[in-house]
Amino acid sequence: MKTFTVSKVVTALMLAGLVLLPLYSHLTGNIFILTLFTRIVILALAAASLNLIMGYGGMTSFGHAAYLGIGGYAVGILAQEGVGSGFIQFPVALAASAIYALVIGALSLRTRGVYFIMITLAFAQMAYYVASGLARYGGDDGLTVYKRSDFSGLVNLGDRVQFYYFCLACLLGVVFLIWRIVNSRFGLVVQGLRSNEQRMQAIGFPAKRYQLVCFVISGTMCGLAGALLANNTDFVSPAVMYWTRSGDLMVMVILGGMGTLFGPVIGAVVFLLLEEFLSQITEYWALIMGPLLLLIVLFGRGGIMGSLGRSGRG
Amino acid sequence: MAEPLLRVEKLVRRFGGIIATDNVSLDVAAGELHAIIGPNGAGKTTLISQLTGHLEPHSGSVSLAGRDITYLPAYRRCALGLARSFQITSLLLDFTAADNVALAAQAHAGTSFRFFANARKEKGLRDAAHAALDRVGLADRADVVVSRLSHGERRQIELAVALASKPKLLLLDEPMAGLGVTESQRMVKLLQELRKEVSIVLVEHDMPAVFALADRISVLVYGRVIASGDPAAIRQNEDVKRAYLGDQHVVTHHG
Repeated sequence: MKTFTVSKVVTALMLAGLVLLPLYSHLTGNIFILTLFTRIVILALAAASLNLIMGYGGMTSFGHAAYLGIGGYAVGILAQEGVGSGFIQFPVALAASAIYALVIGALSLRTRGVYFIMITLAFAQMAYYVASGLARYGGDDGLTVYKRSDFSGLVNLGDRVQFYYFCLACLLGVVFLIWRIVNSRFGLVVQGLRSNEQRMQAIGFPAKRYQLVCFVISGTMCGLAGALLANNTDFVSPAVMYWTRSGDLMVMVILGGMGTLFGPVIGAVVFLLLEEFLSQITEYWALIMGPLLLLIVLFGRGGIMGSLGRSGRG
Repeated sequence: MAEPLLRVEKLVRRFGGIIATDNVSLDVAAGELHAIIGPNGAGKTTLISQLTGHLEPHSGSVSLAGRDITYLPAYRRCALGLARSFQITSLLLDFTAADNVALAAQAHAGTSFRFFANARKEKGLRDAAHAALDRVGLADRADVVVSRLSHGERRQIELAVALASKPKLLLLDEPMAGLGVTESQRMVKLLQELRKEVSIVLVEHDMPAVFALADRISVLVYGRVIASGDPAAIRQNEDVKRAYLGDQHVVTHHG
């Protein structure tokens, strides 16, 4: 499979662009683009984690934004309570997300199809209202994070460039892990379950156990995105968990290409750049964005990666 | 008498008012090829589903090598050495033939909670997959995605998948379904080979194949076993002629 395909070239170009972006920002003095792309990289991480269960595992979760909130609130609450160390904040953010995923997954995976979508959505909305009710931590108005996570000199998240590279390293690390997972024994079982659950049961695999572990891994990864997002905006509010944000993540995955390694990353880049670009032109940008996404999904089956793959072969 | 490999005792399964499995008792000895025949709607698939664990009986018991498995889930039975093929081909369509078979081997070779090493590079699993594919005569199609294979080839992969789990007992649900004449003949030949290695319960409509292969035949009509014995005895049995072969004539007449 060591051939050049269009999708591989596009992926390589995109990665090169992401790595060199701070240089461009420095040379042109365009700070805004670095801020924008930090956000893109973080949400790309969230989309990549969603892709693990949705694309590879066939578990369409409509509540993935909950982890953005849980990871974010873990950082925000600890910071408010005087625990500023990233070495504590980040593990807590990941652990909290994992526990949430374990409980939600154990309950949701009893259902299939539309019911699974609805129940994950319901739980995320519940998390949203719980966060809105946290009066001590800002309630509806959200919680300001006055000081970014402190990694005691190892990396300074207060520095724009360092923070960007920290996020990019997290993204690439997660994509690398996903790559190893989907080709591992575990990954093949999960993908087999997506393809034909009855067959997998018949050859001796208990479906739920594998799906639940996959669900927890995915949620934990997204919790990392949440911790980064809170650092990026210096703020966390219930809004990051709102169902429309879960929908955005799903659109990024579908747009880029479900079940492809870098599809969600490309999807996040395209989605957020489009959103940014269109909202500068008109305040009714959603009117253009909606049909545009619909067209891409309808006519470019398999998302951007799928379309590129076809043109590369054809 | 030695403990039978599979023992079914007084199995009952109802669907509403209909008794689909009516006090069925069967013994399958180790090394035997036991065929289950019966007209459409006789409850063959219902019976098989209770043996594989996809359906729970209302009463009665199923035991494998002396162990009660009546209420074990499908994946546990598989671990105990019970493999099945599906009447309607059920494979991972977007996986290659080798991947399909390797996954079956993987299920029986240590834990699958391994997250890092590339499973497609595990020599043991790949070798097992290729051996099983070779066994059914599909070695040269190993790297083809299943959705691109013909119906006959998929039936063969069903068998390879079942074999890869190194079963004690193979439950074959109509392996000839939808096969052409030459494909059927090849399948019969293959089963003749396989029966030397593994005990088989065969549910099949293809009468010539059943009578050529089976050591023992049980005839199921309206959920009940009306006769059980070797092929010669079944051929002579008046009940069977009346209840089953009569129907068969009607079926072939329309076909």
